[in-house]
Amino acid sequence: MDRSGAWPSAFCYRVLWALNLKSLKYEYLEEDLANKTDLLLQYNPVYKKVPVLVHGGKPISESLVILEYIEETWPQNPLLPQDPYDRAMARFWAKFGDDKDSEEPSFMAIFIIVGEEQEKAAKEAKEQLKILEEQALGEKKFFCGNRIGLTDIALGWIAGWLDVIEEAAGLNLLEAESFLRLHAWIQRFKEVPGIKEQLPDRHEMLIYYKQKREMFIAS
Amino acid sequence: MEKQSEVVLFGTWSSSYCTRMKLALKLKGIPYEYVEEDLSNKSHLLIHYNPVHKKVPVLLHNGKAIAESLVILEYIDEQWNHAPKLLPEDPYERAKVRFWANFYDQKYKPSTYRFMTSKGKEQEIAIEDSYEVLKVFEEGIEKNFPRKSPLILNGDMFTLGFLDIVVGSSACNYKAVNEAVGVAQDPKKNPAFWSWMIAMKECPLMKETLPPHDRLVAKIRSIFSHPSA
Repeated sequence: MDRSGAWPSAFCYRVLWALNLKSLKYEYLEEDLANKTDLLLQYNPVYKKVPVLVHGGKPISESLVILEYIEETWPQNPLLPQDPYDRAMARFWAKFGDDKDSEEPSFMAIFIIVGEEQEKAAKEAKEQLKILEEQALGEKKFFCGNRIGLTDIALGWIAGWLDVIEEAAGLNLLEAESFLRLHAWIQRFKEVPGIKEQLPDRHEMLIYYKQKREMFIAS
Repeated sequence: MEKQSEVVLFGTWSSSYCTRMKLALKLKGIPYEYVEEDLSNKSHLLIHYNPVHKKVPVLLHNGKAIAESLVILEYIDEQWNHAPKLLPEDPYERAKVRFWANFYDQKYKPSTYRFMTSKGKEQEIAIEDSYEVLKVFEEGIEKNFPRKSPLILNGDMFTLGFLDIVVGSSACNYKAVNEAVGVAQDPKKNPAFWSWMIAMKECPLMKETLPPHDRLVAKIRSIFSHPSA
């Protein structure tokens, strides 16, 4: 089983985390998105994007579709609850915060704009985080309950990427005092075996996003 | 058998997302109560049950609310997992259905809104663009679903499956769209797709569930000439 990914795509990490949590063996192929391989174009002709999971020669794209495939093909360490209603809630919140048009968290928008527009986007982003904390997480340990699940994986960009993007964009959305529960979740999430060993290097990410930010401002 | 009031669907008659829900519930033989919402004056119940997006459709089952049409479809298939199944059994087949359902919603539908809301030269470009998007979709269906149509065989009858519901709920209204917008989408551009839509339109369940033609024409005209409403 192969996985094509491009560091530091948060959506690629979703797939890596799911594979790790299920103790699955895989081969990882790093893609240079400025210079895509023929293999990637063959496996994802529609979007030409990562992540792509290839299992037994059959390609699957779109991170959330891949997660459901992994869950259905390897039922050990289930990432979704049994009950249909709980599953529906898990799916609903997993999609929340994804930009409809691209495989990016919608928060990436705050990263590429400046000035007043950025302020407005930042305000909206904070509201979304509030909703996630109050309605999706509530008093639970993880979004999916007592154990890590699909929703946690899908929202993992909050744990590994959000603070880096904030720093690169000069914002502070997820203030510790205002988001106690989300911060607690972030700590818990990062400690889970399978996640812990698979988090991108913060220092390198900061350099990467700062450079990108410079590029966006310059253009 | 569910009691009438155990399943409630909040919707609007012209919304294709709501049509999806009706199709699925009827296919599964689930009795439900339907509540028509006025989107310019949303009920307290709707806002209570979908506080996050405040949108239709919302499905209420035993007092618990679910929003987002694709999430609701999966719920319906899992909660009432008797035949007819909406999704195939095999995980890879399911992945393909989910991928193309997402593509339809995220790529094709917005391209149709663009030609529905534009005029003149802009509209011509937008409509050409929608043909291109539809071509990708059509080729994807042809390549990934061997019978060239995801219509699912349940026993000896073809019934509607997940993709038929997702796509047919809006695309089968093509006559109303063409009439309302004053444009004729060229069936020769995407013949396989349109023959699938024409076949689905003849399905009795689809016929009785799609919104009435004349009302829909009037509704589309009013929405798309006053996009701020």
